[in-house]
Amino acid sequence: MGNSLLNRIGIPRLIISLFLAFLVASAFSYGLPMGQIFGAMLTRFGMNALLVLAMIPTIQAGAGPNFGLPFGIICGLIGATLAIELDLRDFTALFFAIGVSVPLGAFAGWLYGLLLNRVKGQEMTVGTYMGFSIVSLMCIFWLMAPYTSPEMVWPYGGDGLRVTVVLDGRMEQLLDKLWSFTIGTVRIPTGLLVVTAICCVLLWIFMKTRTGLAMSIVGSNPRFAEASGLNVNKYRLIASVISCAMGAAGIVIYSQSYGFIQLYQAPLYMALYSVSAILIGGASLQRATITQALIGTFLFNALLVIALPVANVAMDSDISEIMRVIISNGIILYALTRKEVGGDAR
Amino acid sequence: MTATARLEMRNIGKEYYGNRVLKGVSFTLGTGRVLSLVGENGAGKSTLMNILFGMPVIHATGGFDGEIRLDGEKVVIKSPEEAMKLGIGMVHQEFMLLPGFSITENIKLNRETTKSSFLSRLFGKSMKWLDMPAMKHDARESMDAIGLGIDEMLPVKGLPVGHMQFVEIARELDKKNIRLLVLDEPTAVLTENDAEKLLEAMRILTDKGISILFISHRLDEVMKASDKIVVLRDGEQIAETTPSETTIEKIAELMVGRKIESGEMRGRPVSSIRDEYILQIKDLHVAMPGESVKGVTLDVKQGEILGIGGLAGQGKIGIPNGIMGLFPSSGDVLKNGLPVRLNDARFALDNGMAFVSEDRRGTGLLLDDSIEFNIVATATQIQGKYMTQGKIRILDSKGMGKYAQQLIKELDIRCTGPSQLTRRLSGGNQQKVCIARAITLAPNLLFVSEPTRGIDIGAKKLILDHLVKLNRENGLTIIMTSSELAELRSICDRIAIVYQGKLEGILLPADSDRDFGLMMAGEYHKFHEKEAV
Repeated sequence: MGNSLLNRIGIPRLIISLFLAFLVASAFSYGLPMGQIFGAMLTRFGMNALLVLAMIPTIQAGAGPNFGLPFGIICGLIGATLAIELDLRDFTALFFAIGVSVPLGAFAGWLYGLLLNRVKGQEMTVGTYMGFSIVSLMCIFWLMAPYTSPEMVWPYGGDGLRVTVVLDGRMEQLLDKLWSFTIGTVRIPTGLLVVTAICCVLLWIFMKTRTGLAMSIVGSNPRFAEASGLNVNKYRLIASVISCAMGAAGIVIYSQSYGFIQLYQAPLYMALYSVSAILIGGASLQRATITQALIGTFLFNALLVIALPVANVAMDSDISEIMRVIISNGIILYALTRKEVGGDAR
Repeated sequence: MTATARLEMRNIGKEYYGNRVLKGVSFTLGTGRVLSLVGENGAGKSTLMNILFGMPVIHATGGFDGEIRLDGEKVVIKSPEEAMKLGIGMVHQEFMLLPGFSITENIKLNRETTKSSFLSRLFGKSMKWLDMPAMKHDARESMDAIGLGIDEMLPVKGLPVGHMQFVEIARELDKKNIRLLVLDEPTAVLTENDAEKLLEAMRILTDKGISILFISHRLDEVMKASDKIVVLRDGEQIAETTPSETTIEKIAELMVGRKIESGEMRGRPVSSIRDEYILQIKDLHVAMPGESVKGVTLDVKQGEILGIGGLAGQGKIGIPNGIMGLFPSSGDVLKNGLPVRLNDARFALDNGMAFVSEDRRGTGLLLDDSIEFNIVATATQIQGKYMTQGKIRILDSKGMGKYAQQLIKELDIRCTGPSQLTRRLSGGNQQKVCIARAITLAPNLLFVSEPTRGIDIGAKKLILDHLVKLNRENGLTIIMTSSELAELRSICDRIAIVYQGKLEGILLPADSDRDFGLMMAGEYHKFHEKEAV
């Protein structure tokens, strides 16, 4: 019984949970402000959840985690910057940004899906480099695009956007503050969590529709799918479209919570963080569930939030970023070396 | 017979997991003689060869009984390397050649002639240079010996298959200590002309004193080439004879044997099924690797159970796979008088056809999904069954579970519940899930391919019984493809035999073993023509 429970949780999750518990305990003993830390954990969870959920469609459709997520993210950044360029504020800005990003992201996903269908079996490598290339290409765009809003262009005048655009007074923490309240010293970002929950429900419903089921059949066994009269490429394409559209909306939500839009090289490693989060959650390269995405997002981000202050107090140095790199790359490496199919196969 | 035989197999027996696949096989093979092993698929030929070669699979499953003597000396062969050292060579049915290398390099692979070089003096043997002229000379010699007159430096890639076969033989011949050569269906991929040449080459080899163990399904070759014929059936040695003492038809009869009592045959008299055709296949070609169909014409009657038999690789499996749109196919197929669009799985499914694939784990199942989802998966896509009603239709988990529960009971699927992953089920229960999925589509024509391959006897009987039940109670027309003739004869009304991608003929379950044997060996018409003359 104990063994089967261990199998269900999985050794990596057990280790990470124990490590997290250890960090929480030490943070407590160092007398760090726990309320703030727990609040930050919740916020970071909500910020990243949609970006991690975006991995599910491509994994289920057999194209592996979407390493090409930066493609979608960039569409979200275009939407967000356009909202500022048009001098929009508050929910108008947020809805406009999302409204523009999602169709753009879907289009990007369609192009990316066409590419993925030509490189079956190497989606991850191709996706990674595709993401890198697009990010670099867009660096030129950010420099050349005819934006004029003084909040975004370089303060010393001329063309090109800044590396980080401040959202203060535009849509900073719009969702986080919506219906927000505090329990003890922990601030609950209610709006953000509600939006995350809605996204989960919508995705859950979609995955249960005929199209969603077809997608998961295609990913589970393409030969079976063909024998069932399904067009494998079509469903892989749909998965890529949805994933990139989710990535586009996800970055807008991420940015509003963060309070900044990060341009240029920032989206470069975003896909890697999302991939490692979902893999930490127990997903495999072939199968992923919403629960796994949520658990992974929480574990991964909680660890990052708490590791920094604890490390600062304990070692007088900032190793949080190093930790983050070690954990995210380590987990990806672990997942890639696992041969078996399915999180709990044998 | 000479004093000591080249090869003596004494009382060889083998058991796989309590399943006896070889029972006391004994024979001797003289120096410079040819012994043919014949038998249906699964008769034990490959197991016997695996034993002779010391294949790891034999020793990993508890070894074997009996003893092997080579030139009178008892040998214990633990690995293929040891077999090679003892002078046993093998030419496989599938070519084991490196396509990018020249013929010479292939022949001398891992036995290269080398000469020392500057580097080898410094770094040892592995740095020696190849002595290409010497290698070419050796290769030429072996090739000449078997009458292969092409340039020894040609790359293997692009050679006709016949030549590749000869290269393999030349490679074995080049091993100077070769005493015994095993040819495993060497003529299966050859044209008649090349096959003729191969038999010629075999004679040259035996003249040199090499003994040959010949495995073939082509009985006329067996009659021509061998000095001795051993017939295996279900792991038993049924007969040992010589070509002069026997005839092709006798061998055919021995191979098939009476494995079935007439009381077990459940097929109905042909007259009781009306001549109404549900499926008319005309000149069907299917490009399925290893099972290609080359022009089959066959009519299927409404309401019958039609068997398609034949040896492995002859194309019987290609027929259902082609019609169901899984492999590229061409030809004219009519279903209830209307043309079937080939190469379109969706069309076949939409038109009341369903398929239980022979490739259970590869095509038939979603191994990492639950039993219940496996059962309804195709139906949700094709017919929108087991979805909730309303604007947004999602999977109806409750309805699916209930239906799965019912089928689990009906088909006696042994599992922990409808949500168990199919990966964890035994082969027999996986097969039942596949059948459940097919009947969920409520087809009027069901293709079942190798339904009992690799599953235990209990599940076998249950599956066959269920097929008969579906046929009798629901009037479902079933086309069952199987390598097991006995099982075809037990439930089919008619049995079509496929040979070399074409229909050889149609037999009734009660027809003689001789006729089945002859048809499977492709000798039926030749034989009956002779008889008529």
